[in-house]
Amino acid sequence: MADLNIDIAGLKLKNPVLTASGTFGYGTEFEDFYDINTLGAFVVKGTTLHARQGNSYPRMAETPSGMLNAVGLQNGGIRYFVDHIYPKLLRFDTNILVNVSGSTVEEYIACAEQIDDLEHITGIELNISCPNVKEGGMAFGTSCPAAEAVVKSVRKVYRKHMMVKLSPNVTDITEIARVVENQGADSISLINTLLAMAIHAESRKPVLSTVTGGLSGPAVKPIALRMVWQVYNSVKIPIVGMGGIMNATDAIEFFLAGASAIQVGTANFIDPLATQHIISGIDDYLERHKFHSINEIIGELQL
Amino acid sequence: MKKTVQNLQVISHRRLNSDHVVLELKSDEKLDGILPGQFANILVDGSQKVFLRRPFSIYLVDYNCNTISVLIKAIGDGTRILSDQSIGNQLSVIFPLGNGFILPATPTKVLLVGGGVGIAALMILAKMLKENGHQVVILLGAKRIVDLVELEEFAKYGTVYTTTEDGTHGTKGYVTDHSLFREECSSFGKIYTCGPEPMMKAVARLALIHHVNCEVSLENTMACGYGVCLCCITETIDGHRCVCTDGPVFDIKRLKWQI
Repeated sequence: MADLNIDIAGLKLKNPVLTASGTFGYGTEFEDFYDINTLGAFVVKGTTLHARQGNSYPRMAETPSGMLNAVGLQNGGIRYFVDHIYPKLLRFDTNILVNVSGSTVEEYIACAEQIDDLEHITGIELNISCPNVKEGGMAFGTSCPAAEAVVKSVRKVYRKHMMVKLSPNVTDITEIARVVENQGADSISLINTLLAMAIHAESRKPVLSTVTGGLSGPAVKPIALRMVWQVYNSVKIPIVGMGGIMNATDAIEFFLAGASAIQVGTANFIDPLATQHIISGIDDYLERHKFHSINEIIGELQL
Repeated sequence: MKKTVQNLQVISHRRLNSDHVVLELKSDEKLDGILPGQFANILVDGSQKVFLRRPFSIYLVDYNCNTISVLIKAIGDGTRILSDQSIGNQLSVIFPLGNGFILPATPTKVLLVGGGVGIAALMILAKMLKENGHQVVILLGAKRIVDLVELEEFAKYGTVYTTTEDGTHGTKGYVTDHSLFREECSSFGKIYTCGPEPMMKAVARLALIHHVNCEVSLENTMACGYGVCLCCITETIDGHRCVCTDGPVFDIKRLKWQI
Protein backbone atom coordinates (compact mmCIF):
# COMPACT_ATOMS: atom_id res chain seq x y z
CA MET A 1 0.00 0.00 0.00
CA ALA A 2 1.31 3.42 -1.01
CA ASP A 3 1.43 6.35 1.39
CA LEU A 4 -1.73 8.39 0.85
CA ASN A 5 -1.06 10.88 3.66
CA ILE A 6 -1.00 14.47 2.55
CA ASP A 7 -0.34 17.72 4.40
CA ILE A 8 -2.25 20.68 2.98
CA ALA A 9 -0.69 23.72 4.61
CA GLY A 10 -0.89 22.09 8.02
CA LEU A 11 -4.17 20.28 7.42
CA LYS A 12 -3.12 16.65 7.80
CA LEU A 13 -5.23 14.22 5.79
CA LYS A 14 -5.00 10.40 5.91
CA ASN A 15 -5.74 10.42 2.20
CA PRO A 16 -6.37 13.10 -0.43
CA VAL A 17 -10.07 12.33 -0.92
CA LEU A 18 -12.65 14.79 0.38
CA THR A 19 -16.33 15.19 -0.37
CA ALA A 20 -17.67 18.38 -1.91
CA SER A 21 -20.04 20.63 -0.04
CA GLY A 22 -23.68 20.20 -0.96
CA THR A 23 -23.22 16.63 -2.14
CA PHE A 24 -22.63 14.95 1.19
CA GLY A 25 -25.17 16.53 3.55
CA TYR A 26 -23.69 16.47 7.03
CA GLY A 27 -22.00 13.11 6.54
CA THR A 28 -24.55 11.24 8.61
CA GLU A 29 -26.65 10.53 5.50
CA PHE A 30 -23.88 8.20 4.26
CA GLU A 31 -23.41 6.16 7.42
CA ASP A 32 -25.67 3.35 6.17
CA PHE A 33 -23.33 2.96 3.18
CA TYR A 34 -19.83 3.09 4.67
CA ASP A 35 -17.59 4.28 7.50
CA ILE A 36 -17.04 7.93 6.62
CA ASN A 37 -13.96 8.10 8.84
CA THR A 38 -12.19 6.52 5.86
CA LEU A 39 -12.32 9.92 4.12
CA GLY A 40 -9.42 12.36 4.25
CA ALA A 41 -12.01 14.97 5.16
CA PHE A 42 -15.57 15.88 4.43
CA VAL A 43 -17.01 19.29 3.75
CA VAL A 44 -20.48 19.89 5.15
CA LYS A 45 -23.32 21.65 3.40
CA GLY A 46 -23.02 25.39 2.70
CA THR A 47 -23.82 27.29 5.87
CA THR A 48 -24.96 30.89 6.16
CA LEU A 49 -25.46 33.25 9.11
CA HIS A 50 -29.26 33.15 8.78
CA ALA A 51 -31.46 30.17 7.85
CA ARG A 52 -32.29 29.93 4.14
CA GLN A 53 -35.24 28.10 2.56
CA GLY A 54 -33.42 27.88 -0.77
CA ASN A 55 -35.04 28.18 -4.20
CA SER A 56 -38.38 26.79 -5.36
CA TYR A 57 -38.88 23.47 -7.13
CA PRO A 58 -37.71 22.47 -9.72
CA ARG A 59 -34.10 22.78 -8.66
CA MET A 60 -32.48 20.15 -10.83
CA ALA A 61 -32.06 19.35 -14.51
CA GLU A 62 -30.30 16.32 -15.92
CA THR A 63 -28.00 17.24 -18.81
CA PRO A 64 -25.59 15.25 -21.01
CA SER A 65 -22.91 13.83 -18.66
CA GLY A 66 -23.97 16.13 -15.88
CA MET A 67 -26.69 18.03 -14.10
CA LEU A 68 -27.74 21.52 -13.16
CA ASN A 69 -28.72 22.44 -9.64
CA ALA A 70 -30.29 25.56 -8.23
CA VAL A 71 -30.66 24.63 -4.56
CA GLY A 72 -29.77 28.11 -3.34
CA LEU A 73 -27.92 27.26 -0.12
CA GLN A 74 -30.86 25.78 1.77
CA ASN A 75 -29.65 25.43 5.36
CA GLY A 76 -30.75 26.08 8.91
CA GLY A 77 -28.22 28.85 9.58
CA ILE A 78 -25.09 28.80 11.72
CA ARG A 79 -26.90 28.70 15.11
CA TYR A 80 -28.87 25.65 13.98
CA PHE A 81 -25.63 24.07 12.81
CA VAL A 82 -23.88 24.72 16.14
CA ASP A 83 -26.80 23.55 18.29
CA HIS A 84 -28.18 20.61 16.30
CA ILE A 85 -25.68 19.38 13.72
CA TYR A 86 -22.30 19.89 15.36
CA PRO A 87 -23.07 17.58 18.34
CA LYS A 88 -23.76 14.76 15.86
CA LEU A 89 -20.37 15.32 14.18
CA LEU A 90 -18.37 14.85 17.37
CA ARG A 91 -18.33 11.08 16.95
CA PHE A 92 -16.45 11.27 13.64
CA ASP A 93 -12.71 10.78 13.65
CA THR A 94 -11.70 12.62 10.51
CA ASN A 95 -11.29 16.20 9.35
CA ILE A 96 -14.50 18.15 8.97
CA LEU A 97 -14.64 21.46 7.13
CA VAL A 98 -17.65 23.76 7.11
CA ASN A 99 -18.49 25.49 3.86
CA VAL A 100 -19.41 29.12 4.63
CA SER A 101 -21.34 31.52 2.42
CA GLY A 102 -22.90 34.93 2.85
CA SER A 103 -24.59 37.92 1.23
CA THR A 104 -22.28 40.47 2.87
CA VAL A 105 -18.74 40.49 4.25
CA GLU A 106 -20.22 40.95 7.73
CA GLU A 107 -22.23 37.75 7.36
CA TYR A 108 -19.12 35.78 6.37
CA ILE A 109 -17.28 37.19 9.40
CA ALA A 110 -20.08 36.43 11.87
CA CYS A 111 -20.39 32.89 10.56
CA ALA A 112 -16.62 32.23 10.60
CA GLU A 113 -16.29 33.57 14.14
CA GLN A 114 -18.80 31.06 15.44
CA ILE A 115 -17.11 28.18 13.62
CA ASP A 116 -13.73 29.22 15.01
CA ASP A 117 -15.03 28.23 18.46
CA LEU A 118 -15.86 24.66 17.37
CA GLU A 119 -12.98 22.44 18.37
CA HIS A 120 -13.96 19.47 16.21
CA ILE A 121 -14.10 21.53 13.00
CA THR A 122 -10.63 21.60 11.46
CA GLY A 123 -11.24 24.25 8.86
CA ILE A 124 -13.61 26.28 6.77
CA GLU A 125 -14.15 26.37 3.07
CA LEU A 126 -15.00 29.94 2.20
CA ASN A 127 -17.57 29.76 -0.58
CA ILE A 128 -17.20 32.83 -2.77
CA SER A 129 -18.60 31.01 -5.75
CA CYS A 130 -22.22 29.88 -5.31
CA PRO A 131 -24.08 30.72 -8.56
CA ASN A 132 -27.53 30.12 -7.09
CA VAL A 133 -28.10 33.00 -4.69
CA LYS A 134 -29.31 36.45 -5.66
CA GLU A 135 -26.96 38.41 -3.42
CA GLY A 136 -23.37 37.66 -2.54
CA GLY A 137 -22.11 34.16 -3.24
CA MET A 138 -20.51 34.16 -6.66
CA ALA A 139 -20.33 37.98 -6.71
CA PHE A 140 -17.47 37.72 -4.20
CA GLY A 141 -15.60 35.26 -6.35
CA THR A 142 -15.85 36.99 -9.71
CA SER A 143 -14.29 40.33 -8.78
CA CYS A 144 -10.79 40.79 -7.39
CA PRO A 145 -11.66 43.66 -4.99
CA ALA A 146 -14.68 41.75 -3.60
CA ALA A 147 -12.66 38.55 -3.17
CA GLU A 148 -9.91 40.53 -1.47
CA ALA A 149 -12.34 42.15 0.98
CA VAL A 150 -14.03 38.93 2.09
CA VAL A 151 -10.89 36.78 2.37
CA LYS A 152 -8.96 39.50 4.22
CA SER A 153 -11.81 40.07 6.70
CA VAL A 154 -12.44 36.41 7.46
CA ARG A 155 -8.69 35.77 7.84
CA LYS A 156 -8.67 38.25 10.74
CA VAL A 157 -11.24 36.28 12.73
CA TYR A 158 -10.65 32.67 11.65
CA ARG A 159 -7.48 31.07 12.99
CA LYS A 160 -7.59 27.53 11.64
CA HIS A 161 -7.33 26.24 8.06
CA MET A 162 -9.06 28.53 5.58
CA MET A 163 -9.71 27.00 2.17
CA VAL A 164 -11.25 29.35 -0.41
CA LYS A 165 -13.52 27.88 -3.09
CA LEU A 166 -13.25 29.63 -6.43
CA SER A 167 -15.79 30.18 -9.16
CA PRO A 168 -15.01 29.12 -12.73
CA ASN A 169 -17.32 31.87 -14.02
CA VAL A 170 -14.45 34.30 -14.58
CA THR A 171 -12.26 35.39 -17.47
CA ASP A 172 -8.97 34.73 -15.68
CA ILE A 173 -9.05 32.37 -12.69
CA THR A 174 -5.40 33.04 -11.85
CA GLU A 175 -6.09 36.70 -10.96
CA ILE A 176 -8.60 35.69 -8.30
CA ALA A 177 -6.36 32.86 -7.08
CA ARG A 178 -3.45 35.26 -6.52
CA VAL A 179 -5.68 37.74 -4.64
CA VAL A 180 -6.95 34.95 -2.40
CA GLU A 181 -3.40 33.73 -1.74
CA ASN A 182 -2.18 37.24 -0.93
CA GLN A 183 -4.97 37.75 1.59
CA GLY A 184 -3.96 34.73 3.61
CA ALA A 185 -5.89 31.73 2.31
CA ASP A 186 -4.23 28.46 3.36
CA SER A 187 -5.50 26.59 0.32
CA ILE A 188 -7.70 27.00 -2.72
CA SER A 189 -10.44 24.65 -3.84
CA LEU A 190 -11.81 24.74 -7.37
CA ILE A 191 -14.03 24.59 -9.30
CA ASN A 192 -17.54 25.39 -8.10
CA THR A 193 -20.30 24.86 -10.68
CA LEU A 194 -20.50 26.65 -14.01
CA LEU A 195 -23.41 29.00 -14.56
CA ALA A 196 -25.64 27.26 -17.08
CA MET A 197 -29.23 26.69 -18.15
CA ALA A 198 -31.60 24.09 -19.56
CA ILE A 199 -34.72 24.70 -21.65
CA HIS A 200 -37.74 22.45 -22.14
CA ALA A 201 -38.49 22.84 -25.85
CA GLU A 202 -42.08 21.51 -25.80
CA SER A 203 -43.29 23.90 -23.12
CA ARG A 204 -40.85 26.65 -24.19
CA LYS A 205 -39.98 27.13 -20.51
CA PRO A 206 -36.75 26.93 -18.50
CA VAL A 207 -36.36 23.64 -16.62
CA LEU A 208 -35.21 25.33 -13.39
CA SER A 209 -37.40 27.64 -11.31
CA THR A 210 -34.47 30.08 -11.24
CA VAL A 211 -33.90 29.85 -15.05
CA THR A 212 -30.12 29.44 -14.54
CA GLY A 213 -28.25 27.04 -12.28
CA GLY A 214 -24.86 25.43 -11.72
CA LEU A 215 -23.53 22.71 -14.02
CA SER A 216 -21.58 19.83 -12.46
CA GLY A 217 -20.56 16.30 -13.37
CA PRO A 218 -18.18 14.82 -15.97
CA ALA A 219 -19.24 17.51 -18.48
CA VAL A 220 -17.19 20.10 -16.54
CA LYS A 221 -14.08 17.98 -15.88
CA PRO A 222 -11.93 19.25 -18.78
CA ILE A 223 -12.62 22.85 -17.72
CA ALA A 224 -11.82 22.06 -14.10
CA LEU A 225 -8.54 20.35 -15.06
CA ARG A 226 -7.50 23.34 -17.14
CA MET A 227 -8.25 25.74 -14.27
CA VAL A 228 -6.42 23.63 -11.67
CA TRP A 229 -3.42 23.55 -14.01
CA GLN A 230 -3.51 27.33 -14.51
CA VAL A 231 -3.85 28.04 -10.79
CA TYR A 232 -1.10 25.52 -9.93
CA ASN A 233 1.22 27.54 -12.12
CA SER A 234 0.18 30.82 -10.51
CA VAL A 235 0.16 30.32 -6.73
CA LYS A 236 2.24 28.54 -4.08
CA ILE A 237 -0.53 27.45 -1.72
CA PRO A 238 -2.00 23.94 -2.11
CA ILE A 239 -4.94 23.29 -4.41
CA VAL A 240 -7.89 21.00 -3.81
CA GLY A 241 -9.29 20.06 -7.22
CA MET A 242 -12.81 19.10 -8.13
CA GLY A 243 -15.16 18.99 -11.08
CA GLY A 244 -16.74 15.83 -12.45
CA ILE A 245 -14.52 13.33 -10.65
CA MET A 246 -16.31 9.98 -10.93
CA ASN A 247 -13.44 7.49 -10.48
CA ALA A 248 -9.79 7.13 -9.47
CA THR A 249 -8.48 7.88 -12.96
CA ASP A 250 -10.27 11.24 -12.92
CA ALA A 251 -8.71 11.93 -9.50
CA ILE A 252 -5.20 11.05 -10.75
CA GLU A 253 -5.63 13.53 -13.61
CA PHE A 254 -6.30 16.29 -11.06
CA PHE A 255 -3.18 15.36 -9.03
CA LEU A 256 -1.09 15.48 -12.20
CA ALA A 257 -2.55 18.92 -13.02
CA GLY A 258 -1.40 20.16 -9.62
CA ALA A 259 -4.07 19.34 -7.04
CA SER A 260 -2.78 18.14 -3.64
CA ALA A 261 -6.19 16.67 -2.82
CA ILE A 262 -9.52 16.26 -4.56
CA GLN A 263 -13.19 16.58 -3.74
CA VAL A 264 -15.83 14.17 -4.97
CA GLY A 265 -19.14 15.92 -5.64
CA THR A 266 -21.85 14.89 -8.05
CA ALA A 267 -20.57 11.28 -8.06
CA ASN A 268 -21.95 11.00 -4.50
CA PHE A 269 -25.45 11.25 -5.99
CA ILE A 270 -24.98 8.35 -8.36
CA ASP A 271 -22.71 6.02 -6.45
CA PRO A 272 -22.77 6.53 -2.69
CA LEU A 273 -19.60 4.39 -2.52
CA ALA A 274 -17.72 6.52 -5.10
CA THR A 275 -15.18 7.86 -2.58
CA GLN A 276 -14.32 4.35 -1.42
CA HIS A 277 -13.62 3.16 -4.96
CA ILE A 278 -11.56 6.30 -5.61
CA ILE A 279 -9.40 5.88 -2.49
CA SER A 280 -8.56 2.27 -3.34
CA GLY A 281 -8.10 3.13 -7.01
CA ILE A 282 -5.56 5.86 -6.22
CA ASP A 283 -3.59 3.34 -4.18
CA ASP A 284 -3.70 0.83 -7.06
CA TYR A 285 -2.43 3.48 -9.50
CA LEU A 286 0.48 4.47 -7.25
CA GLU A 287 1.51 0.84 -6.73
CA ARG A 288 1.19 0.03 -10.42
CA HIS A 289 3.45 2.96 -11.30
CA LYS A 290 5.82 2.20 -8.39
CA PHE A 291 5.27 5.47 -6.54
CA HIS A 292 5.64 5.34 -2.77
CA SER A 293 3.57 8.39 -1.96
CA ILE A 294 0.79 10.51 -3.41
CA ASN A 295 3.18 13.47 -3.07
CA GLU A 296 5.25 12.08 -5.95
CA ILE A 297 2.56 12.74 -8.58
CA ILE A 298 1.27 16.19 -7.59
CA GLY A 299 1.84 18.56 -10.51
CA GLU A 300 3.91 15.91 -12.29
CA LEU A 301 2.24 16.39 -15.65
CA GLN A 302 4.80 15.35 -18.28
CA LEU A 303 4.94 18.14 -20.85
CA MET B 1 -34.00 -2.28 6.58
CA LYS B 2 -30.93 -0.02 6.28
CA LYS B 3 -30.43 1.53 2.87
CA THR B 4 -27.87 -0.30 0.75
CA VAL B 5 -26.38 -0.19 -2.72
CA GLN B 6 -26.39 -3.65 -4.30
CA ASN B 7 -26.09 -5.31 -7.67
CA LEU B 8 -29.38 -7.12 -8.16
CA GLN B 9 -29.99 -9.72 -10.85
CA VAL B 10 -32.98 -9.54 -13.17
CA ILE B 11 -34.71 -12.91 -12.64
CA SER B 12 -38.00 -12.21 -14.34
CA HIS B 13 -39.25 -9.79 -16.97
CA ARG B 14 -43.02 -9.61 -17.35
CA ARG B 15 -44.32 -7.39 -20.16
CA LEU B 16 -47.82 -6.09 -19.39
CA ASN B 17 -48.39 -4.15 -22.63
CA SER B 18 -46.37 -2.20 -25.18
CA ASP B 19 -44.78 0.12 -22.60
CA HIS B 20 -45.29 -1.41 -19.13
CA VAL B 21 -42.92 -4.02 -17.67
CA VAL B 22 -42.52 -5.63 -14.24
CA LEU B 23 -38.91 -6.53 -13.42
CA GLU B 24 -38.15 -8.87 -10.53
CA LEU B 25 -34.68 -8.29 -9.06
CA LYS B 26 -32.86 -10.75 -6.80
CA SER B 27 -30.53 -9.85 -3.98
CA ASP B 28 -27.78 -12.12 -2.62
CA GLU B 29 -28.58 -10.80 0.81
CA LYS B 30 -31.51 -11.36 3.15
CA LEU B 31 -34.17 -8.69 2.71
CA ASP B 32 -36.31 -7.57 5.60
CA GLY B 33 -38.70 -4.88 6.74
CA ILE B 34 -39.24 -2.96 3.49
CA LEU B 35 -42.15 -0.53 3.96
CA PRO B 36 -44.97 -0.07 1.44
CA GLY B 37 -44.29 3.24 -0.32
CA GLN B 38 -40.49 3.00 -0.21
CA PHE B 39 -38.56 3.22 -3.46
CA ALA B 40 -35.45 1.97 -5.25
CA ASN B 41 -33.03 4.13 -7.26
CA ILE B 42 -31.68 2.22 -10.26
CA LEU B 43 -28.56 2.99 -12.29
CA VAL B 44 -29.00 3.10 -16.06
CA ASP B 45 -25.68 1.87 -17.34
CA GLY B 46 -24.21 2.42 -20.76
CA SER B 47 -26.18 5.49 -21.82
CA GLN B 48 -24.57 8.86 -22.42
CA LYS B 49 -27.94 10.60 -22.27
CA VAL B 50 -28.90 9.19 -18.88
CA PHE B 51 -26.61 10.43 -16.12
CA LEU B 52 -28.66 10.02 -12.97
CA ARG B 53 -30.37 6.99 -11.45
CA ARG B 54 -34.10 6.50 -11.97
CA PRO B 55 -36.36 6.10 -8.92
CA PHE B 56 -39.14 3.47 -8.87
CA SER B 57 -41.65 2.51 -6.20
CA ILE B 58 -41.03 -0.93 -4.78
CA TYR B 59 -43.94 -2.82 -6.36
CA LEU B 60 -43.73 -6.10 -4.45
CA VAL B 61 -41.26 -7.86 -2.16
CA ASP B 62 -40.73 -11.60 -1.90
CA TYR B 63 -38.87 -12.28 1.35
CA ASN B 64 -38.61 -16.02 0.64
CA CYS B 65 -36.70 -15.43 -2.61
CA ASN B 66 -35.12 -12.11 -1.54
CA THR B 67 -36.49 -10.25 -4.52
CA ILE B 68 -38.03 -6.85 -5.10
CA SER B 69 -40.15 -5.98 -8.13
CA VAL B 70 -40.53 -2.66 -9.90
CA LEU B 71 -43.19 -1.59 -12.39
CA ILE B 72 -41.63 0.44 -15.19
CA LYS B 73 -43.39 2.49 -17.84
CA ALA B 74 -41.08 3.29 -20.76
CA ILE B 75 -41.39 7.04 -21.13
CA GLY B 76 -37.88 8.40 -21.76
CA ASP B 77 -34.40 7.05 -22.48
CA GLY B 78 -33.75 5.79 -18.94
CA THR B 79 -37.02 3.92 -18.47
CA ARG B 80 -36.78 2.51 -22.01
CA ILE B 81 -33.32 1.04 -21.37
CA LEU B 82 -34.45 -0.41 -18.04
CA SER B 83 -37.62 -1.92 -19.48
CA ASP B 84 -35.53 -3.69 -22.14
CA GLN B 85 -33.33 -5.53 -19.62
CA SER B 86 -32.84 -9.26 -20.13
CA ILE B 87 -33.02 -11.98 -17.50
CA GLY B 88 -29.60 -12.43 -15.93
CA ASN B 89 -28.56 -8.77 -16.24
CA GLN B 90 -27.21 -7.03 -13.15
CA LEU B 91 -28.57 -3.65 -12.08
CA SER B 92 -27.05 -1.38 -9.43
CA VAL B 93 -29.90 -0.53 -7.06
CA ILE B 94 -29.98 1.69 -3.97
CA PHE B 95 -32.85 0.65 -1.71
CA PRO B 96 -35.00 0.82 0.31
CA LEU B 97 -35.30 4.62 0.24
CA GLY B 98 -37.76 7.06 1.75
CA ASN B 99 -40.52 6.60 4.29
CA GLY B 100 -43.64 4.48 3.85
CA PHE B 101 -47.42 4.62 4.04
CA ILE B 102 -48.79 4.35 7.57
CA LEU B 103 -51.25 1.47 8.02
CA PRO B 104 -54.28 2.01 10.26
CA ALA B 105 -53.82 0.63 13.79
CA THR B 106 -57.19 -1.19 13.81
CA PRO B 107 -59.14 -2.97 11.03
CA THR B 108 -60.37 -0.23 8.74
CA LYS B 109 -62.07 0.19 5.38
CA VAL B 110 -59.54 1.99 3.18
CA LEU B 111 -59.52 3.37 -0.36
CA LEU B 112 -56.49 3.22 -2.65
CA VAL B 113 -56.61 5.54 -5.66
CA GLY B 114 -54.02 5.05 -8.39
CA GLY B 115 -53.55 6.84 -11.68
CA GLY B 116 -51.22 5.93 -14.53
CA VAL B 117 -47.92 4.40 -13.43
CA GLY B 118 -48.65 5.73 -9.90
CA ILE B 119 -50.35 2.40 -9.27
CA ALA B 120 -46.81 1.03 -8.77
CA ALA B 121 -46.70 2.39 -5.22
CA LEU B 122 -50.04 0.81 -4.30
CA MET B 123 -49.61 -2.92 -5.01
CA ILE B 124 -47.43 -3.74 -1.99
CA LEU B 125 -49.60 -1.43 0.10
CA ALA B 126 -52.80 -3.29 -0.93
CA LYS B 127 -51.13 -6.61 -0.12
CA MET B 128 -49.98 -5.51 3.33
CA LEU B 129 -53.33 -3.88 4.14
CA LYS B 130 -55.14 -7.12 3.31
CA GLU B 131 -52.66 -9.20 5.31
CA ASN B 132 -53.30 -6.91 8.28
CA GLY B 133 -57.07 -7.46 8.15
CA HIS B 134 -58.17 -4.18 6.54
CA GLN B 135 -61.02 -3.95 4.02
CA VAL B 136 -59.36 -2.74 0.82
CA VAL B 137 -61.13 -0.89 -2.00
CA ILE B 138 -58.99 -0.04 -5.02
CA LEU B 139 -59.85 2.57 -7.65
CA LEU B 140 -57.58 2.71 -10.69
CA GLY B 141 -57.78 5.34 -13.39
CA ALA B 142 -56.23 5.58 -16.85
CA LYS B 143 -56.71 7.32 -20.18
CA ARG B 144 -57.74 4.19 -22.06
CA ILE B 145 -58.37 0.51 -21.37
CA VAL B 146 -54.89 -0.45 -22.65
CA ASP B 147 -53.30 1.68 -19.92
CA LEU B 148 -55.06 -0.22 -17.13
CA VAL B 149 -52.64 -2.93 -16.02
CA GLU B 150 -52.48 -5.54 -13.27
CA LEU B 151 -56.22 -5.48 -12.46
CA GLU B 152 -56.22 -9.20 -11.62
CA GLU B 153 -53.19 -8.81 -9.39
CA PHE B 154 -54.86 -5.95 -7.50
CA ALA B 155 -58.08 -7.98 -7.22
CA LYS B 156 -56.19 -10.49 -5.01
CA TYR B 157 -56.08 -7.85 -2.29
CA GLY B 158 -59.38 -5.97 -2.57
CA THR B 159 -62.37 -4.89 -4.62
CA VAL B 160 -61.21 -3.15 -7.78
CA TYR B 161 -63.04 -0.32 -9.56
CA THR B 162 -61.82 1.51 -12.65
CA THR B 163 -62.29 4.70 -14.58
CA THR B 164 -61.06 5.55 -18.08
CA GLU B 165 -61.13 8.96 -19.72
CA ASP B 166 -62.58 7.51 -22.94
CA GLY B 167 -65.02 5.20 -21.17
CA THR B 168 -63.52 1.98 -22.59
CA HIS B 169 -63.37 0.38 -19.10
CA GLY B 170 -65.31 1.14 -15.93
CA THR B 171 -66.74 4.58 -15.28
CA LYS B 172 -66.06 7.21 -17.94
CA GLY B 173 -64.03 10.18 -16.67
CA TYR B 174 -61.45 10.81 -13.97
CA VAL B 175 -61.10 8.80 -10.77
CA THR B 176 -62.84 11.60 -8.89
CA ASP B 177 -65.90 11.17 -11.15
CA HIS B 178 -66.42 7.67 -9.72
CA SER B 179 -69.53 7.14 -7.57
CA LEU B 180 -67.31 5.94 -4.69
CA PHE B 181 -66.54 9.58 -3.93
CA ARG B 182 -70.18 10.72 -4.13
CA GLU B 183 -71.80 7.84 -2.29
CA GLU B 184 -69.41 6.36 0.24
CA CYS B 185 -66.36 8.59 0.65
CA SER B 186 -67.07 9.21 4.35
CA SER B 187 -67.21 5.47 4.99
CA PHE B 188 -63.46 5.13 4.43
CA GLY B 189 -61.13 5.40 7.41
CA LYS B 190 -58.24 6.41 5.17
CA ILE B 191 -57.44 7.19 1.54
CA TYR B 192 -54.06 6.47 -0.07
CA THR B 193 -53.24 7.89 -3.47
CA CYS B 194 -50.46 7.95 -6.02
CA GLY B 195 -50.56 9.24 -9.58
CA PRO B 196 -50.35 12.46 -11.57
CA GLU B 197 -50.26 15.52 -9.29
CA PRO B 198 -53.58 17.04 -10.51
CA MET B 199 -55.27 13.70 -9.75
CA MET B 200 -53.74 13.49 -6.27
CA LYS B 201 -54.77 17.08 -5.54
CA ALA B 202 -58.35 16.35 -6.64
CA VAL B 203 -58.44 13.23 -4.43
CA ALA B 204 -56.88 15.13 -1.51
CA ARG B 205 -59.52 17.84 -1.86
CA LEU B 206 -62.35 15.30 -1.63
CA ALA B 207 -60.67 13.63 1.34
CA LEU B 208 -60.50 16.98 3.14
CA ILE B 209 -64.16 17.76 2.34
CA HIS B 210 -65.25 14.38 3.72
CA HIS B 211 -62.87 14.53 6.71
CA VAL B 212 -61.00 11.39 5.71
CA ASN B 213 -57.28 11.00 6.48
CA CYS B 214 -55.26 10.91 3.30
CA GLU B 215 -51.66 10.07 2.38
CA VAL B 216 -50.13 10.82 -1.02
CA SER B 217 -46.93 9.53 -2.60
CA LEU B 218 -45.04 12.25 -4.50
CA GLU B 219 -42.63 11.81 -7.38
CA ASN B 220 -40.41 14.90 -7.68
CA THR B 221 -37.28 14.76 -9.81
CA MET B 222 -34.23 13.99 -7.70
CA ALA B 223 -30.51 13.45 -8.14
CA CYS B 224 -29.54 11.26 -5.17
CA GLY B 225 -32.56 9.72 -3.42
CA TYR B 226 -31.07 9.91 0.08
CA GLY B 227 -31.36 13.53 1.15
CA VAL B 228 -28.09 15.14 0.16
CA CYS B 229 -28.74 16.90 -3.16
CA LEU B 230 -31.77 18.79 -1.80
CA CYS B 231 -33.28 18.91 -5.30
CA CYS B 232 -36.61 17.09 -4.83
CA ILE B 233 -38.10 19.45 -2.26
CA THR B 234 -41.79 20.09 -1.75
CA GLU B 235 -43.35 22.86 0.31
CA THR B 236 -44.67 21.67 3.67
CA ILE B 237 -45.91 23.38 6.81
CA ASP B 238 -42.35 22.86 8.13
CA GLY B 239 -40.73 24.52 5.08
CA HIS B 240 -38.98 22.84 2.17
CA ARG B 241 -38.65 19.11 2.75
CA CYS B 242 -37.01 16.44 0.59
CA VAL B 243 -39.47 14.09 -1.08
CA CYS B 244 -36.80 11.37 -1.01
CA THR B 245 -36.26 11.32 2.77
CA ASP B 246 -39.21 13.12 4.40
CA GLY B 247 -41.42 11.44 1.77
CA PRO B 248 -42.23 10.19 -0.75
CA VAL B 249 -45.35 9.63 1.37
CA PHE B 250 -46.88 12.72 2.97
CA ASP B 251 -50.04 13.28 4.97
CA ILE B 252 -51.91 15.87 2.90
CA LYS B 253 -52.25 18.05 6.01
CA ARG B 254 -48.45 18.60 5.92
CA LEU B 255 -48.40 19.79 2.30
CA LYS B 256 -49.00 23.38 1.32
CA TRP B 257 -51.19 22.43 -1.59
CA GLN B 258 -53.71 25.01 -2.79
CA ILE B 259 -56.72 22.68 -2.92
